[in-house]
Amino acid sequence: MTAVDLLTQGLEIAAAVLGAPLFVGWINQCRAWLQNKSAPSILQPYRMIRKLFLKDAVLAHDASPLFRMAPYVVFGTMALAAAVIPSMGMRLPFTVAADAIALVGLLATARVFMALAAMDIGTAFGTLGARREMMIGFLAEPALLMVILVASLISTTTSLAGISEFTTSQALGIYPSLAFTAVAFTMVLLAENARIPVDNPATHLELTMIHEAMLLEYSARHLALMEWAAALKLFNYACIGFALFAPWGLASGGAGPAALALAVPLLAAKLAAAGAGLALIETVSAKLRVFRAPEFLATAFLFAVLGMLVRLLLGT
Amino acid sequence: MNNLTWDLQLLNACAALLLLLAFAMLSQRRIVTLVYLLALQGALLCVATLLVAWRTGESHLYVSAGLTLALKVLFLPWLLNRLIRRLDVYWDTESMLNTGGTMLIGVGIVIFSFGLAQPISALASTATRSSIGIAVAVILLAFLTMITRRKAMSQVIGFLSMENGLFFGAMSATYGMPMIVELGVALDVLVAMLVLGVFFFQIREQFDSLDLHHLESLKEQK
Repeated sequence: MTAVDLLTQGLEIAAAVLGAPLFVGWINQCRAWLQNKSAPSILQPYRMIRKLFLKDAVLAHDASPLFRMAPYVVFGTMALAAAVIPSMGMRLPFTVAADAIALVGLLATARVFMALAAMDIGTAFGTLGARREMMIGFLAEPALLMVILVASLISTTTSLAGISEFTTSQALGIYPSLAFTAVAFTMVLLAENARIPVDNPATHLELTMIHEAMLLEYSARHLALMEWAAALKLFNYACIGFALFAPWGLASGGAGPAALALAVPLLAAKLAAAGAGLALIETVSAKLRVFRAPEFLATAFLFAVLGMLVRLLLGT
Repeated sequence: MNNLTWDLQLLNACAALLLLLAFAMLSQRRIVTLVYLLALQGALLCVATLLVAWRTGESHLYVSAGLTLALKVLFLPWLLNRLIRRLDVYWDTESMLNTGGTMLIGVGIVIFSFGLAQPISALASTATRSSIGIAVAVILLAFLTMITRRKAMSQVIGFLSMENGLFFGAMSATYGMPMIVELGVALDVLVAMLVLGVFFFQIREQFDSLDLHHLESLKEQK
């Protein structure tokens, strides 16, 4: 545990928490460009969060303490997840503390609290959103676990840092199993972060909304934290994807400051590319009916299973 | 673990994509897309044959790759598309099982065929022996496609896809069949396709549809 490791860990968390709204802003900007609209500023999410923090919070009369607690729990778990995911360095205090399965559990905790808070007030929209979120969640989780298991099977470790370390140590080659699981992971990312084929992030009042329906009762700082946590979740998912499928440029354990200086701009470049890709996917695909979402996620699961089968048979 | 040469890696990628296409065909209900997927499968087979030919230096495989390209990528899809337009069948009716159930059976079939192919792979001496399991899986999945469909058109496409799987299996187990057998099979498929094309029109004339469950009752209706 060197000073550089601690610095990297701190920088990782700071970059995730402070950079997540910027990532969302970048995606929105790309999407607006692709749709021939004039794009909002890339800093728009920060302005939104600042505005919300300055407002007075309004709570429903029937709100229980759980309702007030949920934003802090959700934001906290997302920040913790950001610390666990190796986005800049590999052997860091937090990244070796929890493996990928614990990380999936961490993300599930946030989901449970969000759904409980949405049902807490007892409005129709909140309950509806919570139920839909749980439906998406229980279908997306096996697919995500399957993706992680395929990567673990290849590198014989369930630790995300270990997987990244193994992949960087290998020669460049064609891995059909990883290609299939990457497709599956992208589909899970879209479903879990309320992106377009499953949910529309740009809508606030629509009968088919999922994520927004759960946040309808929140205002001011609570809403700001929830929105911020959603941005952080997207950032985290992108970083999990990099750790599994494109871990090049991560500073290995005990590396000097030079490796860190390389890791930061590389992460920024990867995020910029991923954001542009995400905007492209969202622009070319249409939103599915809610009842088609299980089919979408079943396809993701099938891709992950195919990845595992191909890995077992071909050994690649 | 990935210390294979690049051509073997590409071959493995082809095998994996063939498996993926077999699943895509299993879930696809638009017949036009099914034909497109079949052509794609043929193209992958052609690439795989070329790679094996380049690797082993067997000249007859180049001929067979050319044959695959001409027949399975260009001619048969063109013929099928023409038939679709003239028969006016663009969609298959609801299949016997829902998509999710079919996919699960498909995954089971893949596991079964991997187990089935393991002893064969152990005996084979070719560098491509690990793909035998995938070839068996593609054959059985095409078989499943034929079983779950009702329209004559999609059953024929399943049949052609099964032939693709057999071809791929022969290539991975023994670097292809002798030239004369390959020519014979190609001719058979061609003739079968032409005869089936005539059959389609006959079936439709008789029953006013291409749904094969009309053929299940043997009695003539009075």
